[in-house]
Amino acid sequence: MGPILNPILDPILELCGASKRYDGKTVLAPLDLQIARGETVGLIGPSGSGKTTILRLALGLLTPDAGQVRFRGAPLAAANVRAARQQMGYVVQDGGLFPHLTAAENVELMARHLGWEAGRIDARRAELVELTRFPADALERYPSHLSGGQRQRVGLMRALFLDPALLLLDEPLGAIDPLVRAELQDDLSAIFARLDKAVIVVTHDLAEAAFFARRLVLLREGRVVQQGSIETLLRAPAEPFVTRFVEAQRRLAIAPTGGRA
Amino acid sequence: MTRPAALALLALVALGGGAAAAAPPLRVGSKAFAESVILGEAAGLLAASTGVPVEDRRALGGTRLCWDALASGALDLYPEYTGTLREEILKDQGAPADLEGLRAALTARGFGFIGPLGFDNRYALAMPEAVAARLDIRAISDLARHPELRVGLSNEFMRRRDGWPGLAARYALSEGRAQGLDHELAIRGLAAGDLEVTDIYSTDAEIARDGLRVLTDDRGYFPRYQAILLYRRDAAARWPAAFAVLGRLAGQIDDATMLRLNARVKIDKIPERTVAADFLAERLGVRTAHADEPRWRAFWRRAREHLALCSVSLLAAILCALPLGILSARRPRLGQLVLAAVGVVQTIPSLALLVFMIPLLGIGAWPATAALFLYSLLPIVRNTHAGLTGIPGPLRESAEALGLPRRAILWRIELPLAFGTILAGIQSAAVINIGTATLGALVGAGGFGQPIFAGIRLDDVSLILEGAIPASLLALAVQALFDLLERLFVPKGLRANPR
Repeated sequence: MGPILNPILDPILELCGASKRYDGKTVLAPLDLQIARGETVGLIGPSGSGKTTILRLALGLLTPDAGQVRFRGAPLAAANVRAARQQMGYVVQDGGLFPHLTAAENVELMARHLGWEAGRIDARRAELVELTRFPADALERYPSHLSGGQRQRVGLMRALFLDPALLLLDEPLGAIDPLVRAELQDDLSAIFARLDKAVIVVTHDLAEAAFFARRLVLLREGRVVQQGSIETLLRAPAEPFVTRFVEAQRRLAIAPTGGRA
Repeated sequence: MTRPAALALLALVALGGGAAAAAPPLRVGSKAFAESVILGEAAGLLAASTGVPVEDRRALGGTRLCWDALASGALDLYPEYTGTLREEILKDQGAPADLEGLRAALTARGFGFIGPLGFDNRYALAMPEAVAARLDIRAISDLARHPELRVGLSNEFMRRRDGWPGLAARYALSEGRAQGLDHELAIRGLAAGDLEVTDIYSTDAEIARDGLRVLTDDRGYFPRYQAILLYRRDAAARWPAAFAVLGRLAGQIDDATMLRLNARVKIDKIPERTVAADFLAERLGVRTAHADEPRWRAFWRRAREHLALCSVSLLAAILCALPLGILSARRPRLGQLVLAAVGVVQTIPSLALLVFMIPLLGIGAWPATAALFLYSLLPIVRNTHAGLTGIPGPLRESAEALGLPRRAILWRIELPLAFGTILAGIQSAAVINIGTATLGALVGAGGFGQPIFAGIRLDDVSLILEGAIPASLLALAVQALFDLLERLFVPKGLRANPR
């Protein structure tokens, strides 16, 4: 197990030499990664590069073959994983909403399970509706009757309901059309800044990652190619792959949203 | 389980099982054809006239079923034929040909018989009385003198070892002169003058109806099928007085008498019990109390029996199949085994399954309920499994990532998402159950199958419809009920048009 390279104050999530193999194939080479409160990390890389594997390790949906995953200082294990998950918020592409529950029911599911009082639930819901700028009159709708952007906001409210320490977003804007996407990007960025949580955003879009996060982690085939700011990646690429990845992204994006960062 | 649900289940069990009497009555059965039912009724009424409590287990599925029921103690007595004992029941034990040998062989096994009652129900050849009289034909050997007579035989009789080929050889008749056809068509051909000779059972009601002459088997070709009342010796020991009176039936019913009784039932459409009671009064001078069930009361009794069979078996199946379906969705390998096992049960023919149940559960509502229960498992297990495994992986992962415990994921997420599919499985099971439950009549479970099978044995279409129509309507009603349940309880967000 590798030593913690950059000891940081109040680490929320630490991956210490965590690795994962599937059917003899390495999906994640031993990885060291720490995220502190108030910090946003952008995981980027082509599909199959291990980005989602990192999120699933963090959630304890996967256990590492070697190394350790620590949440708030304690290694994740069967005994504490459920409690740890309640302090994490997870948002997937298209929200991952339960179709048989209304927007409000999706959002309040965990609080109700934990037996929160109605008044507390109402207050928290109102807070989040305001924070995510979700139309309150759509709370009683089922996910199939919400727009893509609304579904994503519901997913975010659900993830934030218990006020988690860590927020994990897996391609949160992958299924959103461009106009709404720009609006949501602004909203998300503002929310991250306001909440002061540890955030990991997974995206295959370099500009989007750079818009959300100062610290980027570029992955390829389960291995970290380079860590650092967008400027570092542009000016001092660690490998030719970094340049290729950046170039390919530039060609795709006519007007990179990253210009505003 | 909630208290109302538990009470409902108890009530249904009570309905289905019937009140278990403290002292078992004398259980009298019969096979599902008119002659057997008449004899069973006669025996039951006669025994009841001595004050013995009698339970009527009429019109059971067949020889095997009656014999198994007798052997397992679910029946105490039923009408049988010596030929059937020799050729089917005791075939492998090398049953002796003569009556006394047969009686000894049965006694050794704990059985006995009353009779012979007097008549034989065996194969015979028959001709229109007018033609036979004109040509002076009384015996089968007379046919050799009339090669011009057209012989039409039922297909089964043409093929049987003890049928036409042996008969033709014994009587030196040309084997090629007979043509094979359906029995009903042969009888009609006889009436229409297209045929002169056909095979028939010696006590068939058509003999009286169509004025047929049964030709004497003067060279003793056909094996004898003498009617007897087969019983358990322990029952005879328990009710000696009743069995002494039953002994009076021996020798009282000759071919002509049985033929007349059959004709009263099959042609005059008089209920078997009435025919049996009239016979006892007339021949033995025994007055028996019998009341025919009013039609509407019979209808409600059958509806109750049918509903009890279906609902008890379905409830039990739901209670077992849901956990099995959940288990097989959780453990894919075990799941394959479970699905294969309930699938195999489904391939057992219903009548066979009912027969398997007799030694275990006797006759009546329980074996039928058990069979229906087993048949109901597959659709429910399969749909539960399909509904749960059909939930998209990301949704399940989202639920886990929230930190919900397994049990809460099952109840709050998985089961609601799979509910529509599971409900559809229960619906299939329920609808199939209502159809299959009609077979329950063959093991004495009652229900709407009773008039259906009575109608079949009496050639009475209106009687068949009396069972078939309510059964179909019940199936439709259950279908509608489940559609309503779906509308009420399938989560709104999962419907095409949520309101």
